[in-house]
Amino acid sequence: MLRALGILCLGLAGAFGLHLVVSNAVPPYPALIVNMCGISIILAISLNVINGLTGQFSLGHAGFMAIGAYVSAYFTTTLRYFDPDAARYISEAPLFDGLWGFPPALLAGGIAAALAGLIVGIPTLRLKGDYLAIATLGFGEIVSILLSNFRAVGGTKGLTSIPGYADTFWIYGSAATCLILTGFLQRSTFGRALIAVRENELAAEVMGINAARMKITAFVYGAFFAGVAGGLFGHLMLTISPANFGYMKSVEVVVMLVLGGLGSSTGAVVGALILTVLPEALRDVERQVELSGFRMALYALLLVVMMLFRPQGIFGQRELSLKLLRRLLPSRDKPGRQP
Amino acid sequence: MSDAPATLLDLKDVNVFYGAIHALRGVSLEVRQGEVVTLIGANGAGKTTTLAAICGLLKPRSGEIRYGGESIVGAAAHTLVGRGLVMAPEGRGIFPALTVQENLLLGAYSRRDKPGIARDLQRGFDIFPRLAERRSQKGGTLSGGEQQMLAIARALMAQPRLLLLDEPSLGLAPLVVQTIFATVDAINREGVTILLVEQNAHVALKHSHRAYVLESGQIQFSGASAALRNDPRVKAAYLGEGT
Ligand SMILES: Nc1ncnc2c1ncn2[C@@H]1O[C@H](COP(=O)(O)OP(=O)(O)OP(=O)(O)O)[C@@H](O)[C@H]1O
Ligand SMILES: [Mg+2]
Repeated sequence: MLRALGILCLGLAGAFGLHLVVSNAVPPYPALIVNMCGISIILAISLNVINGLTGQFSLGHAGFMAIGAYVSAYFTTTLRYFDPDAARYISEAPLFDGLWGFPPALLAGGIAAALAGLIVGIPTLRLKGDYLAIATLGFGEIVSILLSNFRAVGGTKGLTSIPGYADTFWIYGSAATCLILTGFLQRSTFGRALIAVRENELAAEVMGINAARMKITAFVYGAFFAGVAGGLFGHLMLTISPANFGYMKSVEVVVMLVLGGLGSSTGAVVGALILTVLPEALRDVERQVELSGFRMALYALLLVVMMLFRPQGIFGQRELSLKLLRRLLPSRDKPGRQP
Repeated sequence: MSDAPATLLDLKDVNVFYGAIHALRGVSLEVRQGEVVTLIGANGAGKTTTLAAICGLLKPRSGEIRYGGESIVGAAAHTLVGRGLVMAPEGRGIFPALTVQENLLLGAYSRRDKPGIARDLQRGFDIFPRLAERRSQKGGTLSGGEQQMLAIARALMAQPRLLLLDEPSLGLAPLVVQTIFATVDAINREGVTILLVEQNAHVALKHSHRAYVLESGQIQFSGASAALRNDPRVKAAYLGEGT
């Protein structure tokens, strides 16, 4: 427990360090990409708990992200004290104003998404594989359609003038929290039970593991962090609309996992980095060859080549750990004794 | 007061359907405390189905299943493990991506007594030294015999009162079969009651007290294992003699 807190503090300190560098020394456009990477990392790690560890196939991550984005943005832009006697709003400023209002707003987004995860998780328990994928895809589309038709949140135009609270510290602080929590989860008995459900549900059940509960918990956990990622996204881009959270977004996160290695958090991080940076990097290439669409074609080609030569993803199911590092490094590199 | 040991498991007129297929037709059987009882039968006789109904993976359409005197019909499988009703499933059910040790520790999933778990882990390694050598190897990379050892050791980690074994000899070389069944004897001597499903009637009858013969979802006959080994009906159909 103490060790977990220590690592978490280290992660937050790292996020703060990165924040100082990015806000002082990095031009706006690359800074935006760095921040987008952090959001992608949260999305990928959290989806990995559902798809990678528990072995379900969710294609609804963008839906959870949308719920988090809208709820948290609603908190920071619109929600005000309401005086029921006078039947009017009391305060001019939103209830969750300023930097102190942001964390609760983010949390609210995460919790709303987690609730949606619970609601989606229970009826889809009976579904497996492709059927679950289709059901969750449907869920994502329903969220998107509902938001498009909901005037209070701007319909298809979405919400605008969201305050830009999501800086590098908040984004990477959240990413570090998600990564560290998930790392501990993976190593715990609970995490192994999730993997057991993936590997052999029947055997897991006769070991005393409640497979249904495991699957739902994975859904709720993954949805929570997708919601937080959505909240960060809204407060980074300053406007959100249902178009940001279409099914292509869900597919993108799945591709990140498959590329990095389904089942590995390390793989999720690497996949998220590559798939966020690559399209931007290829933008320059496209400009040079003056061929529009070249970028996406090259991107797709890279994915195909990758899947041909390393279908298990970059990391397979392995994690980057000290043990793995030690094995890869030559043995004389063992740390010398201090005098 | 009678001297006969108490009945631990009692099935009365159990009927199980898979859709329209009537897989178990009024199965009744009994396992007493401390016994090794075997259920033998050909492919598709309904042996696995019987075990699945007992441990809560399937709900019978009718009939009664009592364990330790209480009805367990309709109880979910994962809730029965904590009550000592533990199954080592057919096909071993190893978690391939987890290490041998992680597989074993998952066997103790319903337990909270850390020192006891550590002790039983060591005991598993003592029973099957091969598992100790391979403790950090992935379960999926074990040989068939090693996987069966792992499946049994893992089931023991749950501290079973009644252990259900589904075809532990399947696909194993005769020597490995001997090792496995020596272990079954040893576990039973330590006080664990065992219901053993087998197609290999030869070994099953040698390592059990009583036996039931299942055909097309019905118990055909039953009796003491030693007697059944000389029964002409068993000899002809299950021991392959006289052919
Ligand atoms: N899930 C299922 N759906 C439909 N029918 C099933 C199912 N499982 C088993 N059956 C049928 O029920 C009957 C009994 O099957 P069961 O698996 O209990 O046989 P078994 O005695 O364990 O055979 P084996 O020795 O081959 O393992 C078989 O006819 C089988 O086809
Ligand atoms: Mg069977």
